[in-house]
Amino acid sequence: MKEIVVLSGKGGTGKTTMMGSLAVIVPDKIIADCDVDAADLHLLLEPEIKEKHDFVSGVEAEVIPDKCTGCGTCVELCKWEAITLDETAYVEPLDCEGCGVCAHFCPEEAIMLKDKHCGYWFKSETPYGPFVHAQLGIGEENSGKLVSLVKNKAKEWGEELGKKWVIVDGAPGIGCPVIASLSGAHAVLLITEPTPSGLHDMGRVLELTAHFKIPTFVCVNKWDLHPEGAKAIEDHCDKNNVAVIGHLPYDPCVVKAMVQGKPVVSLFADSPVSVAIKEVWQKLSSILS
Amino acid sequence: MKLAVASGKGGTGKTTVAVSLALCATGNVQYMDCDVEEPNGHLFLKPQITERITCKVTVPVINEEKCTYCGKCRDICRFNAITVFGKTIMAFPELCHACRGCFLVCDEKAIDEGEREVGVVEKGSAGSISFCHGKLRIGEAMSPPLIKAVKKHIIKDALVILDAPPGTTCPVIATVKDADYVILVTEPTPFGLNDLKLAVGVLRKLDIPFSVIINRHGIGDDRVERWCAEEGIDIKMKIPFDRKIAEGYAKAQPLVETRTDLRASFEQLLEEIRQ
Ligand code: SF4
Ligand code: SF4
Ligand code: SF4
Ligand code: SF4
Repeated sequence: MKEIVVLSGKGGTGKTTMMGSLAVIVPDKIIADCDVDAADLHLLLEPEIKEKHDFVSGVEAEVIPDKCTGCGTCVELCKWEAITLDETAYVEPLDCEGCGVCAHFCPEEAIMLKDKHCGYWFKSETPYGPFVHAQLGIGEENSGKLVSLVKNKAKEWGEELGKKWVIVDGAPGIGCPVIASLSGAHAVLLITEPTPSGLHDMGRVLELTAHFKIPTFVCVNKWDLHPEGAKAIEDHCDKNNVAVIGHLPYDPCVVKAMVQGKPVVSLFADSPVSVAIKEVWQKLSSILS
Repeated sequence: MKLAVASGKGGTGKTTVAVSLALCATGNVQYMDCDVEEPNGHLFLKPQITERITCKVTVPVINEEKCTYCGKCRDICRFNAITVFGKTIMAFPELCHACRGCFLVCDEKAIDEGEREVGVVEKGSAGSISFCHGKLRIGEAMSPPLIKAVKKHIIKDALVILDAPPGTTCPVIATVKDADYVILVTEPTPFGLNDLKLAVGVLRKLDIPFSVIINRHGIGDDRVERWCAEEGIDIKMKIPFDRKIAEGYAKAQPLVETRTDLRASFEQLLEEIRQ
């Protein structure tokens, strides 16, 4: 089984369009949405949820007011300034990192560490194949751990079903969620735009994938809106020995499909952008086979 | 006053709006890019950087000459950053959250202070705008410590425009937590609405006043507007979809320079928020 992670430096570069379309055209695959921070692939794939599981990760401190003498030890030790002291101590859950130091050093054992419920993950069926996805609780952290979980579950399930490909919708940025979505990947398909921010963000992601030694292939979205920008992207890729394997044209069908909540390749199979997406997949699959 | 510009997802035009606000504001203004994973504001404001500060966190370095392999440090560390087995001890500084627990529990004083570089804070100015952003080191997983380091440079008494990272998790919270007001930027599509709902959930939980700007107005449908009406959320501005804007963006031209006619709306928006 081979795993391909679809990334963009930032959202809005066409990653969801590409992901939704790959979900339709790649045969024999399992799909994982590791962009758990603002998951939205489910809007395109119409999943029928088969299993729903809790995602519990880390702990959160809570003061037992009856036991607390207000000595202030915990306030001093908490590196996140999550604890305030009135008559007794109080932990602000949104600030607590769950390090447990306060609980360890409280002389009265007045602090409990509770498991933190951070969200849910799902196993679903879609018209395009099995799909693993998640929903992170509002304002929760640990998206890196949830990303790893979603990915591992997709791999496990994919192995069971004897699938050939795992297609992963990766997280944006270069921090913990994206690092978690990269681990163990065979290839990255990086979608970018011919804009200064597209180039800048792509550069940062390429450094990251080089850091983890994962073969990376670039696809330039809406390249015809700014051909010089597209050229700058190609030059940057050339210099870094990264192959540009696709150019998607600006195509109004993309937004039309998005508004209807359908992958563009299924709604407008012969539109210029759909043709270009299919070519990207042909190239990528033959390189990886 | 601290005004944050955020969105449930990246690519909605958050930086476009934040930069426009900074350029249209009068008086003492600071633009602060807290999207440290992919900072973009500098591409449009083109600031002169005059100061660079490396941001580090304190991580453990084990002094094996003093260590008795008692395992207390391993037991207190909730992030698996230390392992002890038999007469072997290993610290994994990249996993460390810098809680200092291990330093505190070690009776042998066998743990020395080391450093992990998280990224760099850069300060400078763009015309009359004070500029500050953070750049996360490639390979570094944790952005909140850098975001906090950036925010240490907030100028009191200035109008501070905070460009927030995308999403709804810890980096966003670290940015918007103490903001006085938040502007959420979204798009008129089902995706825009999905992401907007998540972002609104965060702000309601944090209890921060906010309103919405719809970007690329005209590309999609009216479901964002309908939802905002149902929820009683103010839509302060609709930035039209215009190929000229996209082309200006592609040339790193700030929106209010491509479309000078939009300046007045940003000025008015700032006026309303200030009240
Ligand atoms: S250390 Fe324990 S007793 Fe002291 S203030 Fe904190 S919770 Fe209360
Ligand atoms: S668990 Fe850690 S972060 Fe949370 S309140 Fe206690 S000391 Fe602070
Ligand atoms: S607590 Fe100190 S002495 Fe004990 S294993 Fe850790 S470093 Fe060694
Ligand atoms: S400082 Fe905290 S997180 Fe870092 S190694 Fe020590 S106990 Fe673990």
